[in-house]
Amino acid sequence: MTIRATLLGATMLSLAAGFAAAQTDITVAIQLEPPNLDPTGGTAQAIDSVLYSNVFEGLTRFMADGSVVPGLAESWEISDDGTVYTFTLRDGVTFHDGTTMDGEDVKFSLDRARAEDSTNAQKGLFAGITDVTVTDPLTVQVTLDGPNGMFLFNMAWGDAVIVAPESIADIASNPVGTGAFQFDNWVQGDRLEMSRYDGYWGDAPALETATFRFISDPTAAFAAVMAEDVDAFVGFPAPENLPQFEADPRFQVLTGNTEGETILAMNNGMAPFDNPLVRQAVTLAIDRQAIIDGAMFGLGTPIGTHFAPHNPDYLDLLDNSPYDPDRARELLAEAGMPDGFTTTLKLPPPSYARRGGEIIASQLREIGIETEISNVEWAQWLEEVFGNKDYGLTIVSHTEPMDIGIYANPDYYFQYGDPAFVAIMDELNATTDPAARTALLHDAQMMISEEYVNAYLFELAIATVAQAGLQGLWLNQPTAAVDLTGVSWN
Amino acid sequence: MKGLWLGIVISVIVIALAVISFVWTPYDIQVLDVPNKLHPPDATNLLGTDHFGRDILSMIMLGARTSIAVALVAVGIGMAIGVPLGLWAAARRGSLLDEVIMRGNDLIFAFPSLVIAILITAVFGPSAVNAIIAIGIFNIPVFARLTRGAALSLWERDFILAARVCGKSAFRISWEHILPNITNLMIVQGTIQFSLGILAEAALSYVGLGAQPPTASWGRMLADAQTLVTLAPHVALVPGLAIVVTVLGLNLMGDGLRDRLDPRVRADRT
Repeated sequence: MTIRATLLGATMLSLAAGFAAAQTDITVAIQLEPPNLDPTGGTAQAIDSVLYSNVFEGLTRFMADGSVVPGLAESWEISDDGTVYTFTLRDGVTFHDGTTMDGEDVKFSLDRARAEDSTNAQKGLFAGITDVTVTDPLTVQVTLDGPNGMFLFNMAWGDAVIVAPESIADIASNPVGTGAFQFDNWVQGDRLEMSRYDGYWGDAPALETATFRFISDPTAAFAAVMAEDVDAFVGFPAPENLPQFEADPRFQVLTGNTEGETILAMNNGMAPFDNPLVRQAVTLAIDRQAIIDGAMFGLGTPIGTHFAPHNPDYLDLLDNSPYDPDRARELLAEAGMPDGFTTTLKLPPPSYARRGGEIIASQLREIGIETEISNVEWAQWLEEVFGNKDYGLTIVSHTEPMDIGIYANPDYYFQYGDPAFVAIMDELNATTDPAARTALLHDAQMMISEEYVNAYLFELAIATVAQAGLQGLWLNQPTAAVDLTGVSWN
Repeated sequence: MKGLWLGIVISVIVIALAVISFVWTPYDIQVLDVPNKLHPPDATNLLGTDHFGRDILSMIMLGARTSIAVALVAVGIGMAIGVPLGLWAAARRGSLLDEVIMRGNDLIFAFPSLVIAILITAVFGPSAVNAIIAIGIFNIPVFARLTRGAALSLWERDFILAARVCGKSAFRISWEHILPNITNLMIVQGTIQFSLGILAEAALSYVGLGAQPPTASWGRMLADAQTLVTLAPHVALVPGLAIVVTVLGLNLMGDGLRDRLDPRVRADRT
């Protein structure tokens, strides 16, 4: 009797304990594994997905809605001519190795990123900086070569996070930042673990430990979520499976927007795509809705220019390129190719490209353009398409925020860089007045839409499948990030 | 014997589908009809439609063509190179040449064939032609060994001795006396290799290294369908069954033919 009572008591006790303490660990899956863990040196988005805001922070930061708020800089003052930014840093911020974060670290980070030999993937963010001066441990003065309306936005990027000279040598394998979580362990090919950093300057996160897992195969992703091996999958790779998760009370499905303009890029530097008539013909031959339905199972917003539709400065230019195969054939004839031509279509691994490519090939065949499809891996794509510009057509999603500036670079893989466009971008960079900036952004969007630089397909959506009890995950992806600081179980 | 006839019937149907696809398919699979996607089988699309709204029956017919073409040419490569090598080795049995040929074949045999096929297509780029070459290379030692083994025992027979006494060269003996006597064996083995070739082609296409879109291929149909299994099972079941049934049919036919044609098996039975 006594034994039974004790047992019963113990059972009830453990049950009570189970109810009282909410879960404080999480396993999050993402599709791609970061190749290294240095957000200031690597190009891969997966680095930011894992580390942004969790481990590393910058002077400013993106919030879930895309707004830019103070990060490690508590406040700032901008000189009247817009060229000198004086940042006041937060007091009492420490790196995970215990060293203090102060002005010297900021100067080190910015100087390192803009140095001649820097491997930073977004050196353009720092291009305007002429000098960084530490006036006292918590005050840093950044001088620009001219006013730059985007500077605070630029400083929020994952590529502009603050790192410490003490720990920089091992950053690629042992990242030490100022974030709410400290890096613990990375088992390559499988998972990365982090735990709550007790010395964090801000509000302590609800989670104590977090594990990131990397599951690239859509079928394995489906199985992992269904079996509840992972608590959340950010960027679920198979949109066709989402209705099933939606119907299952164990899960919640969040579909948000990203900064990913998915485009059919044309090699503007190569015949026949150097002819605007041909580019227009290609664009008019494309039925965006069929691609969104067929490749993404309805997930995605059609776009008519290289700009995110949720951005207030977006201009709806879909009317420039309605689906009109008859007109497309006429345009081809005007361009001197009534019988069409044959070109290459190189497709990287994501399903928007592989599936979308098959649909586009079929739509182009309708107007007489034959495509030779070749499926390439990312490494191959970077080398052949991005590096050597050895392609006719390719499909890719440009996920950087506000990246219309890439059209000003004549050496970029689609080789546009029209001087008139470059002039618009130069003026934009020198303008801080919001209304004037909006007008310039409109001009830029219109110009690339009317010159049919690329065929703009749709804005990539991101689907997150999570356990029903999880809250605080980002809905949208204003930048590549899986920010766990605000995530909790209820 | 029932197995043989069932095998022949299945093989003939598959080949007939492939041949008919040259002149007619129910629908044009080059034209995508996305709004009509993932339809279950019904009267308009006998086997349903896939994720692009393409008619699956048409895809299966064209896929049969790809499978058969790849497997046939691959077996052809294996025979065209392997059989002469085997005959040559048998004619010069015990010599250094025999050793070189057969150890060379052992070398190819020692490699896991599908892994090397993946390597070949990964290096030279994925295409049906490279898949054919990759599969074909691994058919060479199969035929070379079989030929040499069978030829060796023939070389000991009296009628070959008679031919030698008459002064026929080793080449003529191999060509005029040995080859006709091992044809049966080759047909049986060819059928088996043919079914393996179809499996290999499906496997390569499944991992994206076989025929490239828009060419239809059973393996790629399976790969495309794998995330859709829960939504529209027919999209994965149909190509999967097509592979299973075809390979089963060919194996039944190969086994039946062996019972009929292979002198070693025949001797056991009587």
